[in-house]
Amino acid sequence: MEGRILEKQPVIEMRGVTKRFVDVIANDKVDLKLFPNEVVALLGENGAGKTTLMNVLFGYYNLDGGEMLINGESVTFNSPKDAINHGIAMIHQHFTLVQTQTVLENVMIGMEGSFFPDYNKAKEKLLAIEKEFGFHLDPDAIVWTLSIGEQQKLEILKALYRGAKILIMDEPTAVLAPTETIELFETLRNLVKKGHSIIFISHHLQEVMDICDRVVVLRTGKRVAEAKVSETTIPELASLMVGRELLERLDRGKSKTGKTILEAKNLKVKNNRGVTAVDDLSFVLKEGEVLGVAGVSGNGQTELSEMLFGELNPEEGEIFISGKRVPGGSPSAVVKEGMARIPEDRIKTGLFMDLSVKENMILESHVNEPISKNGLINMKEIRSFADNCINSFSVKTDGMDIPVKSLSGGNLQKVILARELVGNPKLVVACQPTRGLDVGAMEYVHQAMLDQKSSGSGVLLISDDLDEIFLLSDRIIVMYEGKVMGEVSAEEASRDKIGLWMSGVIS
Amino acid sequence: MIGMSIVKRKPLPPWVMLIIPVAAVFVTLLITAIPILIAGGNVFKAYGALFHGALGSRFNLLETFVKASPLILTGLAVAFAFRAKFWNIGAEGQLFAGAIIASWVGIYFTWLPSFLVLPVMIIFGFLGGGLWATIPAFLKTKLKVDDVVTTLLLNYVILHIMGALLFGPMQMPGSAWPRSASIMDAAFYPMLIARSRFHLGIIISFAAVLVIWFINSKTVFGYQSKGVGINLNAAKFGGINTNMVILKTAIISGGLAGLAGVGEVAAIHHHLMMDVSPGYGYTGIVIAMLGNLHPIGVALAAFFFSVISVGAQTMSRVAGIPIYIVGIIEGVSLMTMLIFILLTEYKIRWTKS
Repeated sequence: MEGRILEKQPVIEMRGVTKRFVDVIANDKVDLKLFPNEVVALLGENGAGKTTLMNVLFGYYNLDGGEMLINGESVTFNSPKDAINHGIAMIHQHFTLVQTQTVLENVMIGMEGSFFPDYNKAKEKLLAIEKEFGFHLDPDAIVWTLSIGEQQKLEILKALYRGAKILIMDEPTAVLAPTETIELFETLRNLVKKGHSIIFISHHLQEVMDICDRVVVLRTGKRVAEAKVSETTIPELASLMVGRELLERLDRGKSKTGKTILEAKNLKVKNNRGVTAVDDLSFVLKEGEVLGVAGVSGNGQTELSEMLFGELNPEEGEIFISGKRVPGGSPSAVVKEGMARIPEDRIKTGLFMDLSVKENMILESHVNEPISKNGLINMKEIRSFADNCINSFSVKTDGMDIPVKSLSGGNLQKVILARELVGNPKLVVACQPTRGLDVGAMEYVHQAMLDQKSSGSGVLLISDDLDEIFLLSDRIIVMYEGKVMGEVSAEEASRDKIGLWMSGVIS
Repeated sequence: MIGMSIVKRKPLPPWVMLIIPVAAVFVTLLITAIPILIAGGNVFKAYGALFHGALGSRFNLLETFVKASPLILTGLAVAFAFRAKFWNIGAEGQLFAGAIIASWVGIYFTWLPSFLVLPVMIIFGFLGGGLWATIPAFLKTKLKVDDVVTTLLLNYVILHIMGALLFGPMQMPGSAWPRSASIMDAAFYPMLIARSRFHLGIIISFAAVLVIWFINSKTVFGYQSKGVGINLNAAKFGGINTNMVILKTAIISGGLAGLAGVGEVAAIHHHLMMDVSPGYGYTGIVIAMLGNLHPIGVALAAFFFSVISVGAQTMSRVAGIPIYIVGIIEGVSLMTMLIFILLTEYKIRWTKS
């Protein structure tokens, strides 16, 4: 690698970049080089300073120390506009598209040139770019009709249309289904071949190994390691990231199963587009076991969880908790029967982002004594309840009165875990409980699930992360197109078999 | 060239949130000094007259309270609804509904024992406004009809219902004008301070401020309605019956506006007429925003508007400024407040290039 530095001039060189906020150093003398035709991974846990560093690079923040060179020339960016003018583009996790406009119109935003934009010329240019890099997006398609993966491609197209040579991608795969991730990687490889360079922010280690050439690891604002991907391993990267050896395999504990705690019988429901999402699905969960529901995302897992959580009313079929039938479509009925629910989308369904930590802790218990009585809330009880939650689950927060939105992703999930698990429920249903979390938080969630199991609860784990399924489950069922493709015990499960089931092949 | 960008800022300490309305009022008065200068007035003399006219004598101060009362109620009505993201633009119509019901009770319920007339009138007036507000609430929760549109348009519906009543069954016998007969004496709000119009309704509006503050901060319902406003999905997920919360919010919101209507009939006009409200319901929207949807803030904002509106008469007389300056101050104060609220969450960064 040293040899390479001598050969080529880096397109980006950050030297000793330091960024301070009032009382914290977010980036402490970080060095980063990006060469043409390469993908560099910026790896680190939440709060390691990845996003800050990229915001510095993209002109959102000014430097407090160090310097930046683009193509060997020292630069100062005062706004993203300066960065864009230097051929840098940032693809955010949350897209910045106008949903009701066409692909072409979105690409042209801010680049119209005159009051009467030349659509034909723009379309030609767009199609030329699409051809060069192997995109297949209809310029006249309306954005909201596109899948998430296609919308992300559109974001990349927008950047290319503006002449970007350097792409910063902030956790691009977090929103994608596995097949879309494969397509994204295909696109990125094409770009790199044509001379582009990419900074790939992620904490998904396998993806880093798959797509990147080099990896830079940040921890608590400092650059702790740099390596060629071909010369490192996942366990090494993981331990660099968290600063300690990861537990290679958690102790799952012996399974002593008890009574049936949750039973789904012939569940059937359509999704919001009117397509059957869950079809004649049945399963049984016993106390003291973890039942993993595997599958490629988009095969009905979301709808299954929504039915179990009481958000969605099944068209057919029944749900029993401890042998008692719960009415469909009633979250309060499910809560009353003692189901702890970890929803798929923390921010959209799990939390009131603008409310305080303590107000989020009582989402489900606020109607119960002693939190409230005769319609009046008891602030003293709320405080002691929230205090207990925060301590038992070591939620990192500046007190219980600050808005929950100021917490990191891992701590948001801990707020939900605390709220759901603090009363030692007999039944836990978790949907994608570690999506978007860093390794440390992920491990915490996994341990919490196993603790629940060993205390005798039944845990249903719906996840499209196969590693997670294998790590935690005693039994595994695989969902494909809303149906159960097969069921197998953890001992007999093999990745090949599960993989075939996940792709709809019965072996 | 200087460029401008808007970036999110770190949460501000709570005390900043408290001085923001004060700062907004101050900035408003600075800005409205411009039209006063254009009108050829002396700014200090004008503002001096404005505040003296509203606060400077016993009678003026009490009049300012009289004017503030309906504004507090409509402001609370809007603020309470907005907190749950029930976009009630219909406080004006709900005020009319309350006024219609109050006059109906006040004119025709002569068979009631006189000590019951006021309580019945107040309760019925509250329910009149509240039930009128349930129409858009049902349309929103059951049919997903946009509440901004329905609440606003229902204002015109009730206005014409009132017109039909005042030219029809409720018209005062022998009158050619659209006005009702006078309500009975027992239905008059009692005057609580001699030689003034300081009436029962003012106490009711202050009590309403305390009640709404209590509901918001101390009750399960207050928690639920705040949750519904912040994240409907999470509220549903948490087992809250969100449709019921929206419905109850609508009843309370409409009821508060209805009480403003009761007050105008029972304390000010003593009969029903087409211009029973000079737009209190719409001004309530501005007041709710100015008060940052907080009941205490609403009370202060309503008082500020009342000061301007009462004091403007004196200002116009003493400093020769047209009374229309009131509209300008109200409008500017809303915009200033909205910008200040924006600046609590975002900051503007100037860049030179």
